[in-house]
Amino acid sequence: MANDTTPILEMRGITKTFPGVKALQDVTLSVARGEVHAICGENGAGKSTLMKVLSGVYPYGTYDGDIVFEGETSRFKTTRDSEDVGIVIIHQELALSPYLSIAENIFLGNERAKGGVINWAQTNKQAAELLARVGLSEAPDTKIMDIGVGKQQLVEIAKALSKKVKLLILDEPTAALNDEDSAHLLELIRQLKAEGITSIIISHKLNEIAAIADSTTIIRDGQSIETMEMHGAEPVSEDRIIRAMVGRDLATRYPDHTPTIGEEVLRIENWTVHHPNDPSRVVVDQANVTVRAGEIVGIAGLMGAGRTELAMSVFGRSWGTNISGKVFLHGKEVNLKTVDAAIDAGIAYATEDRKHYGLNLIDDIKRNTSAAKLKRIAKLGVVDANREITMAEQFRKDMKTKASSVDMVVGKLSGGNQQKVVLSKWLFAEPEVLILDEPSRGIDVGAKYEIYEIINKLADSGKAVLVISSELPELLGICDRIYAMSQGRITGQIDKAEATQEGLMRYMTQEKSGATR
Amino acid sequence: MSASKSEPSKNKSESLGAYLGGNLKQYAMIAALVVIVLFFQFQTDGLMLLPNNVASLIQQNAYVFILTIGMVMIIVAGHIDLSVGSVVAFIGGISALMIMQWDVPWPAAVLLSIVLGGIVGAWQGFWVAYVGIPAFIVTLGGMLLFRGLAIYFVGTTVGGLPSGFNSLAIGAVPNWLGFIGNLDAVTVVIGVVAALGLLIGQFRTRRELVKNELRMEPFAAFIGRIVVGIAAIAYVTYLLASSADGMPIVLIIVGVLVLLYSFIMGNTIFGRHVYAMGGNLSAAMLSGVKTKRVNFMLFVNMGLLAGVAAVVTTARAGSAVAAAGQNYELDAIAAAFIGGTAVNGGVGKVTGAIVGALIMGVLNMGLSIMNVSPEWQQVIKGLVLIIAVAFDILNKRRGK
Repeated sequence: MANDTTPILEMRGITKTFPGVKALQDVTLSVARGEVHAICGENGAGKSTLMKVLSGVYPYGTYDGDIVFEGETSRFKTTRDSEDVGIVIIHQELALSPYLSIAENIFLGNERAKGGVINWAQTNKQAAELLARVGLSEAPDTKIMDIGVGKQQLVEIAKALSKKVKLLILDEPTAALNDEDSAHLLELIRQLKAEGITSIIISHKLNEIAAIADSTTIIRDGQSIETMEMHGAEPVSEDRIIRAMVGRDLATRYPDHTPTIGEEVLRIENWTVHHPNDPSRVVVDQANVTVRAGEIVGIAGLMGAGRTELAMSVFGRSWGTNISGKVFLHGKEVNLKTVDAAIDAGIAYATEDRKHYGLNLIDDIKRNTSAAKLKRIAKLGVVDANREITMAEQFRKDMKTKASSVDMVVGKLSGGNQQKVVLSKWLFAEPEVLILDEPSRGIDVGAKYEIYEIINKLADSGKAVLVISSELPELLGICDRIYAMSQGRITGQIDKAEATQEGLMRYMTQEKSGATR
Repeated sequence: MSASKSEPSKNKSESLGAYLGGNLKQYAMIAALVVIVLFFQFQTDGLMLLPNNVASLIQQNAYVFILTIGMVMIIVAGHIDLSVGSVVAFIGGISALMIMQWDVPWPAAVLLSIVLGGIVGAWQGFWVAYVGIPAFIVTLGGMLLFRGLAIYFVGTTVGGLPSGFNSLAIGAVPNWLGFIGNLDAVTVVIGVVAALGLLIGQFRTRRELVKNELRMEPFAAFIGRIVVGIAAIAYVTYLLASSADGMPIVLIIVGVLVLLYSFIMGNTIFGRHVYAMGGNLSAAMLSGVKTKRVNFMLFVNMGLLAGVAAVVTTARAGSAVAAAGQNYELDAIAAAFIGGTAVNGGVGKVTGAIVGALIMGVLNMGLSIMNVSPEWQQVIKGLVLIIAVAFDILNKRRGK
């Protein structure tokens, strides 16, 4: 192995285009045999897209460039093709069937069978061997739903081993794990490396990368920026990685804005939220947040930091269980147990996922606009349809929503215009606090600028605005103050004047004390 | 009214072609109904549209009209109700027992039957909304449960119901205004009121649109719809006024229910919430819709309407039968889907479902007049249902 110096994998000049977006542009990746290769980048930089190209999720022909695996140019049409040559990807969301046993899951689609009849003795025996290799002592007939998410991750790896894996790709493998499970997983990756299995690991956790990776490739804005040798002459610091991850010019511009900041409107104290499916997992941990009238406050954080969960749990407990802590509006404590109550109290939450949680795509603009506060235009439960049309029309004009009329079905609008309908909907509800989750996600640069102008106008009209965003330049460009979250905790707070991407990223990647080695 | 707006600016008014294209589904359904009626009219040498046949078409299918109103609301919200046929039998039986054995005056029995329907609906709504059992399961259970109760209480039949009660389904509005020529004057008056209502309602809506400078349908389509609508009302009025009995009471009941529920679905917060939940449940929850309560109310409402249908069914038979209401749920569901209700919920109109029910009713009657045997009638109706939904789905796919 040591004398084999040709890389196990080379990806050359990979370009992948989605309608209107260039997700990957001339990306190059070279992975040496037997190493652990980390891929680092901001949310949306193109890491997962690159891995989907590699594993055949995006089939040959839908991208440009070459994939050379073990010296041979590969043309994967399906993930099956890539698995046949030994490339196995483990996705962030685990792909296990909860009601089937560990053994059944390991051999799902790859059953130990003769003539379509499953050989259960073989299935369970081989599963037990694989489980031993990944350090699991569970019986092979244990149901997946009866083991924790950390062990499920190990079952995924056992499944990969069953396919004679040569190159194992792990997409954010520790994002959903606690510290102990994470440490165990990293140890297993080391052990697989000793057995000669090459790994690619996508991670946001810089300390993990420092601990385990032999080399690191940085992806930024769909391009491969550089590859660093982690154990070279000069050690690679976390700062060095951060600089490479965020070091772009501010290509987009932000409207100028001088805030007029008033009294405190929203205060969240010691807010703690647990995961609804796993109540032992703390997702938001003792968070404290304040927002004043006229102020635009940002929340920065990497995926899984708990930003959306914080917002949704405050918004009428629409997410999470075992919620504790206090919410104050204008200094008065409020107990908002339902979304309805939150809206009435003057809080609005515009979701990050407008298609699934924000809009009724089969209905028109006017009805979506009025949906969150119909009683504003109703008398005795009867909606004044004309008032609805005129008000929706007014919002359409104010927002410059491009649509032939407010009768247009929302599903047919572009992303930017859909987002304007979402904003219209929440402004229609006349909130004092506006929580905007990824307000510019999936919309083009021009529309982004318009959205920022709208946000500024809202703040100027005295509303308290809380912006959650994965794009650091966006937060720096529009916010007056920024909180950073990591692993459910607020790890820092920076005023606009002192904020830099590097400074924020340091808070965003700050681990709990005593975390992974 | 169009003087000030005689030439609506281009961005305010669509071209006629674009308008018809955009509303294809709505008009295709009505067109299909007209084609089917004309087909039978031709095939039966004019028997189809004889006054007495039209009156009995309405009386025979009243239960479908009533049930499908509730069903379309349930389906729009993303559920289904398989129990309504059994519920009709159960409540019909209780209503007959109240009158014949428990000495309840029949008008009070009618009211109590509707209340009982609400209680049955609350029972099912509780399981669906608050326990979270899929409506398919709850109402499948209800189908067995209420059929069993119907048999327990009724035995086989309870007969001899008073004529006042029976006239709810088979009677006509008394002729206290005499005749105009050979036309029943009461029917004519009701027809004129309906036509005026349509005319005034349409013009008021359009005036509001003009006042608010909003986009509207082409003027030709607007006038065309009024003319066609009034012509249809006039023709049906003429037929009913020249029928043996005049205006069927049950048509008044159905008419009032259609107007009431079209209003509820189109103009109230409750109706909006039903559409919002069917269109995107998560988004509705995050917009503050109390989804559990809306689901509960939908089933209570379905129960109330099943109570009305039970009264009409029992009155039409003149007796309660334990086996009554067989397949009524399927008639109502089929009518809703033929009437353009979306299979996945979120889309559907009360008026559309009524057109769907009419299509089914006309098929029933036309095929019977043509002496098509019952087994082939079923085959034909089954195919019509599949084709109607396929048309809807293909139309939607092309729209994308």
